[in-house]
Amino acid sequence: MDDIIVKSITRIIIPFVQLYGIFIILHGHVSPGGGFSGGALFGTSLILYTLIFGVDKAQKKFSHRVSEIAESGGILIYLSIGVIGIFTAGYFLSNKAAGFPLGEAGSLLSGGMIPLLMIGVGIKVASTMVTLFHTLIMEERL
Amino acid sequence: MRKWALRILFFMLFMLMSYSVLQMPGDIGLDSPAYNEATHHYIEESLGETGAINIIASILTDYRAFDTLGETIVLFTSIIAVISILRPSAKPEEEEAPTDG
Repeated sequence: MDDIIVKSITRIIIPFVQLYGIFIILHGHVSPGGGFSGGALFGTSLILYTLIFGVDKAQKKFSHRVSEIAESGGILIYLSIGVIGIFTAGYFLSNKAAGFPLGEAGSLLSGGMIPLLMIGVGIKVASTMVTLFHTLIMEERL
Repeated sequence: MRKWALRILFFMLFMLMSYSVLQMPGDIGLDSPAYNEATHHYIEESLGETGAINIIASILTDYRAFDTLGETIVLFTSIIAVISILRPSAKPEEEEAPTDG
């Protein structure tokens, strides 16, 4: 899209959208939101970048290599946190029994494994949205 | 003949569905089956058991963490399926090579 207004506005709002997405992911246990909604926000900002600046520049920011790592990394974070529970408590995905510090309720560092799982889910959802969009766009070009 | 048999079958299915909807518990408030001791447990105990003040987050990623893991695996499977169909091949020349045989 070759419009100076749209490009400038997009450059201004993308950092805020991404910051808000990360905020929602990290504060999933103390405020409404969580991994899915925050990841969707973050992915939407990258989709906006692709729409405005074209898929070639977006591929430089979020290449297939990065998407491979993010796709498998998100689910591996989730699974490895679950496996910690097997060794410490005897049950997969156990939170308090596995020895995760619960912290002070209401603060950012609370909830044991919940924020860590939210980070994994957020990475997964964001990268899924972007990868689906990029794959569909690249397919159209062929 | 086959058409009419299908119509009768679907009508019977429709009657069955309507009957089962009528048998559902209606506006019975606190007596509904979904409002059981699990609700009270989540509201009263989730803060002490998980340390998260957002009860929905504590249900999603602690009490029902397996469910969220399943959702994540569904996302993973869907992206693999889409990429395996749509991703452009690295060597397009080789695909069109020998077709006669």
